[in-house]
Amino acid sequence: MSPSKLDLLQGTLDLMVLQTLTAMGPLHGYGIARRIEQVSGDAVLLNQGTIYASLVRLQQRGWISAEWGTSTNNRKAKFYSITKRGRKQLSEDTAYWQRLSDVVGRVLALPEGSSEK
Amino acid sequence: MTYRLRELLHRLRSFFRRAEQDRDLDTELSSHLEFATEENVQRGLSPDEARRQALVRFGGAPQAKENHREARGLPFLETLLQDLRFALRMLHRSPGFSLLAIFCLTLGIGANAAVFSWMEGLLFRPYPLVANQERLVALTGTTQADRTGLSWPDFLDLQRNCKLFDAFFVSKITGTTLSLGDRAQVVTGSIVSSNYFPALGIHPILGRTFEAEEDVGHSAHPVTVISYQLWKDYFGGDPQIIGKTQRMDGIIHTIIGVAPEGFYGTFVGWAMKFWVPASMEDTFEAGGYKLEDRGERWIEAYGRLKPGVTLEQAQQEVSALAKRLEMDFPETNRGRGVKLWPLWQTPFNNAGNLLPTLETMLVVVVFVLLIACANVGNLLLVRSFARRHEITVRVAVGAGRRRLLQQLLIEGLVLSALAAIGGLLIARWCSHLLVLLLPVRNGNAMHLPGEMDWRVMALSAAVCLVATLLFTLVPAIQTRKIDLAGTLRSEMAGVARGHKKSLVRSGLVVVQVSLCFMLLVEAGLLLQSLQKIRSDSPGFSTGGVLVTAVNLAASGYDVQRAKSFHDELIDRVQALPGVESAALARMTPLGYGTFSSAPIVMDGYQPPPDEQPSVDYNQVGPGYFATIGIPLVSGREFTRSDNETGAPVAIVNETMAGRYWTGKNPLGERLQAKGKWMQIVGVAKTSKYYSMRELPKPFFYVPLRQNFSVGAALTIRTKLRPEIMAAALSRALKAIDANLGLYELISLQEQLDRSTSAQKVAVTLTGTLGGLALVLASIGLYGVMSYSVSQSTRELGLRMALGARTSELFRLVISRGLVLTFGGIFLGAALAAGLTRLLGYLLYKVSPRDPLAFGYAFLVLTIVSLVASFLPAWRATRVDPIVALRYE
Repeated sequence: MSPSKLDLLQGTLDLMVLQTLTAMGPLHGYGIARRIEQVSGDAVLLNQGTIYASLVRLQQRGWISAEWGTSTNNRKAKFYSITKRGRKQLSEDTAYWQRLSDVVGRVLALPEGSSEK
Repeated sequence: MTYRLRELLHRLRSFFRRAEQDRDLDTELSSHLEFATEENVQRGLSPDEARRQALVRFGGAPQAKENHREARGLPFLETLLQDLRFALRMLHRSPGFSLLAIFCLTLGIGANAAVFSWMEGLLFRPYPLVANQERLVALTGTTQADRTGLSWPDFLDLQRNCKLFDAFFVSKITGTTLSLGDRAQVVTGSIVSSNYFPALGIHPILGRTFEAEEDVGHSAHPVTVISYQLWKDYFGGDPQIIGKTQRMDGIIHTIIGVAPEGFYGTFVGWAMKFWVPASMEDTFEAGGYKLEDRGERWIEAYGRLKPGVTLEQAQQEVSALAKRLEMDFPETNRGRGVKLWPLWQTPFNNAGNLLPTLETMLVVVVFVLLIACANVGNLLLVRSFARRHEITVRVAVGAGRRRLLQQLLIEGLVLSALAAIGGLLIARWCSHLLVLLLPVRNGNAMHLPGEMDWRVMALSAAVCLVATLLFTLVPAIQTRKIDLAGTLRSEMAGVARGHKKSLVRSGLVVVQVSLCFMLLVEAGLLLQSLQKIRSDSPGFSTGGVLVTAVNLAASGYDVQRAKSFHDELIDRVQALPGVESAALARMTPLGYGTFSSAPIVMDGYQPPPDEQPSVDYNQVGPGYFATIGIPLVSGREFTRSDNETGAPVAIVNETMAGRYWTGKNPLGERLQAKGKWMQIVGVAKTSKYYSMRELPKPFFYVPLRQNFSVGAALTIRTKLRPEIMAAALSRALKAIDANLGLYELISLQEQLDRSTSAQKVAVTLTGTLGGLALVLASIGLYGVMSYSVSQSTRELGLRMALGARTSELFRLVISRGLVLTFGGIFLGAALAAGLTRLLGYLLYKVSPRDPLAFGYAFLVLTIVSLVASFLPAWRATRVDPIVALRYE
């Protein structure tokens, strides 16, 4: 797997985590992973474990913050919430993703043989 | 992108809080699994199945942790630290190997660092405290064939007209005698232009330096700046020193300043103790007042280029000016140019003298380093066989090749970093070594310090890196061949039949032997050169003639007093028991100093339009030729009647006679120098004047009395030893004037030896390093031989069981060692035959392909290789066939 492809995937996961936290408010790691699986119709996340690398990365960049807390069923867990910087980053990244997927979509829609004239 | 910075800071923090973060993550992951299991149980799965499914969905926990660590910390640094710890553990586990490898590398790196520090301290940045030395250039005058000094008027013209220079300054070495109680001490100093200190950017720690007008006039400004050392040692660090006076060469000088500590002037080889302005030239230089004489080329000058000016541009400007001077002053400047030299090629101090030696040393130490690298490579290779199992296991559990290479490289770096520390210590210790190899003159040791600045450190570090790459390359290539399936299969190697791996090792030994051979050949050639140059006839007697000098100027003698002193001295010395004859001369050959030189005109010789003949000459007293042993071809030698009242006369040498009176006898012809016509009364054999390697050059002699110089050298022909003679001479001198001090009394052979001390340095260093190389190469050979014997125990046992006699086994191992050695010698001889001529200047009447040097190198290496393979061979004969066959 080439590094650039990995970056893209990483970026995608990060984006989904940010979006999930915006939509759902503070959540623990398992909650985020489940939420992404549900929304994507169980099509996206293969290993839930990978979410933690993404979480620590987002935290170090200052886009999310974490706090130990207690879950509804009384279990100790780390709760993540999006920060102000994170929201800004999310809106930038969302715009970027939409533009990118537009362009990619248009390029892929080119009919065969259209480059030859 | 400020978040990148934030991330980096966090990563750095995480790096130092790994344990805490791992604990946090563990808690988080376990609660994750519990959430998942709980949810699965709610969906109706059994607890075990719920847990299993949770784990499956989670993926590998170790992998998640690893990803987490990589995302939060500094993964590169972490693996590096891991490798470093592992490397240290491995080195610690086999201390013998580690110490031997570090020892070899320390020698290699240390030798390199020492030579770098000498080059830095003597050639590239020889003048401590002086800023921007890379912009300094040395200046000399040129004739068609030769180089000369510059004249003061030419120097002033350069200063006035050249726009590409910040400054030109003069520094001409001189000396004086200071009396310390009852002992006289000779100290070196410089005659300098008044801008000397500002041009170098040196500020006095006390008082002032010279004013602009202080280098103008004839003995008009008896002032001096003294060195920190002199101030401390001689004046006891007197804080009130400024304004005090000191008698130097008979003139009372006022001390106006003290130079800062660590400033030694600008002459590679000697630490200056005092500086006087150029206006005092007549006091310190023989040959009269020269500041207004364009024909007297006595000064040694430097210039500082403006920033960004290249040597070529500056040379063009200077050459253009020299052309103009040729037109304006044809009688002194016709055919004369001015040449710029980069500082490290400065021809008039010991930089030029040591340059070829240091260049050669640079090649030699690279050879030594290569030999050391080959040794360490070999050691690592042996160990990589021993570690095959470990490495194979690591590959089997999924270590990438890159990671393995990184591991090997780090082990290598640890070795060479330890060696570099040792090497730099060696270099530091060696930085004053050169001085020990050079003679002490008049009680003064030379000043030739190495310099360990950041450039030397950086270069040594670079050498260290390159060496690491070189010696880890070998086992690294080996890892490529790792064959997983073959892990448990043991390997067998024979003594006689070369296995692939032993081929690499044998190759390394061949390279080592060939490098070693080249060094030995070189050492042999240099040794022969030294012997030749020291035993060659310089054209005068070297045995049985002693030379010394009396510093009359320092004791304030004027010309009249000096003349009567000279007469009395010669009379008294000739009356001493054991003295055959004695004579005075302004200079003795091969000493340090400059002969007088003058443009000359000759009867019957019309010089070509672009040439103004100018010849060096010496002022000598009666009996000089007989005393020093230069034979006269025809005519007579000077006598006492060749004095002020006698007709001016001269004696020319054969080379001069042949050049200017071709086919004629010059006796009775006339020669004009310094505006005086002299009749030629004798022709002397050509001898050596400045150096043993000079080509025969025109030279003439004039009577000392007709061209008087207060300071003069005394030559004595005697069979007595210098120590015995010195005592008698000193008594004779005290009888005339109790205040006079005598310079060192040495034989002419000693003077010749000193003039060839650069050769001696080269021989000593090459010899030492050659010996070192020999030791390293024999370690390499021994290692390879004993390893191959230990690897082929089984084969040896089999041979023995089949009836081979011990002597045959012995011969088998020895002959394998010899094959390697001869291979190396063959390669080395081929390379040496091409390379030794690069020694050029250092060789004296020895062919670069001298069979003796090659033969002796061959012999030494053969013997060493026999010795190195003796022990392994002996061990081979002690193999017990029963044990050997059961081996493995």
